[in-house]
Amino acid sequence: MTDAPLPAARETIRRVREDPHRLGHRDLHAREAIAGTGHGATGPAHKRVLVGYGFWIFLLSDIVMFACFFAAFAVQRGATAGGPALREIIDVHRVAWETAALLLSSYTCGLSFAATNARKLVATQAFLLITGLLGLVFVGLELSEFIDLAGRGFVPQRSGMLTAFFGLVGLHGLHVTLAGLWLLTMMAQVQVKGFRPEIVHRLICFNLFWHALDIVWIGIFTIVYLLGAAT
Amino acid sequence: MSEPDDALSSGALDAREDHAPGDEPMEDAGHWVRYANLGLGFSVILTVAAFLIPEADILYAPAIPAALLVLAIAQMGVHLVFFLHITTGPDNTNNVLALAFGLLVVFLIVAGSLWIMSHLSHNMMPPAQAVMRMPL
Repeated sequence: MTDAPLPAARETIRRVREDPHRLGHRDLHAREAIAGTGHGATGPAHKRVLVGYGFWIFLLSDIVMFACFFAAFAVQRGATAGGPALREIIDVHRVAWETAALLLSSYTCGLSFAATNARKLVATQAFLLITGLLGLVFVGLELSEFIDLAGRGFVPQRSGMLTAFFGLVGLHGLHVTLAGLWLLTMMAQVQVKGFRPEIVHRLICFNLFWHALDIVWIGIFTIVYLLGAAT
Repeated sequence: MSEPDDALSSGALDAREDHAPGDEPMEDAGHWVRYANLGLGFSVILTVAAFLIPEADILYAPAIPAALLVLAIAQMGVHLVFFLHITTGPDNTNNVLALAFGLLVVFLIVAGSLWIMSHLSHNMMPPAQAVMRMPL
């Protein structure tokens, strides 16, 4: 701190900001309330923090739903009822391509939001489009897997394991499909309405959703596919 | 000038030390691109490792499931930090607390289901034996 006197208002601000109890230290610089975080005397949180938090709560409830499907799969894993074992229905090669597509789409989704923050319309739209196309590749690969399995007679009705398998993987595929529709909606909104605050907030939520779907896919490709093929 | 004053006079903090709901700080694209690159780098390493470990003969076979789970959890952490931007900052305290609660619920659902169902199937004796032992 310099010794130059602060203007009266700033002096007040300095005192307000200071931890009134000054616990642990006498340093003015530390423990400073940061504007927009909703802590202390700096007023309410930024809208984008609140929007992100609200959507985060939704995402966690979605992940809890996925946990129920994971639990069902873990319980039904060995319930083959004379049908195929998990090992026999897994094509690790295709899963590797699916994983690559979804991981790259997560990357381009992050880049699209960087472009959004820089308010670059063309870059935002381009990265969103690539994200959507990679998502389409993922859904297409998964559909081909399901059709392949159904063609061999391995349908959800065949055994408890297949029910849980199609339920868990299919639920994730459904999420990616719906997220793809949301992505198209966001591209149209960005094009027509521009980077208005509420549009940027929706883009934040879309980003969180897409990345959360990739996190769920990590669980699926590890627990269902890789562990299923290894044991 | 010292840091707090710089923060006051720059746009980082509102000079009136008060802001209405909806006021937004400006964000630059730089750290988002860097985070995306880092996230992709770490994720690719962890994913490739996860797909190679079961096929390559480098790990003691019974340890493979544990290794795969560790890699998955590490990659989820990478995604949380670099893609979902979960930090220890004050604007993230609520997110982290919600995440902790979510993890607790997920653990209870998965571990509880496995625990209960394994006991249930353990108690399922072969039918004939069970009937013979059952008191009338």
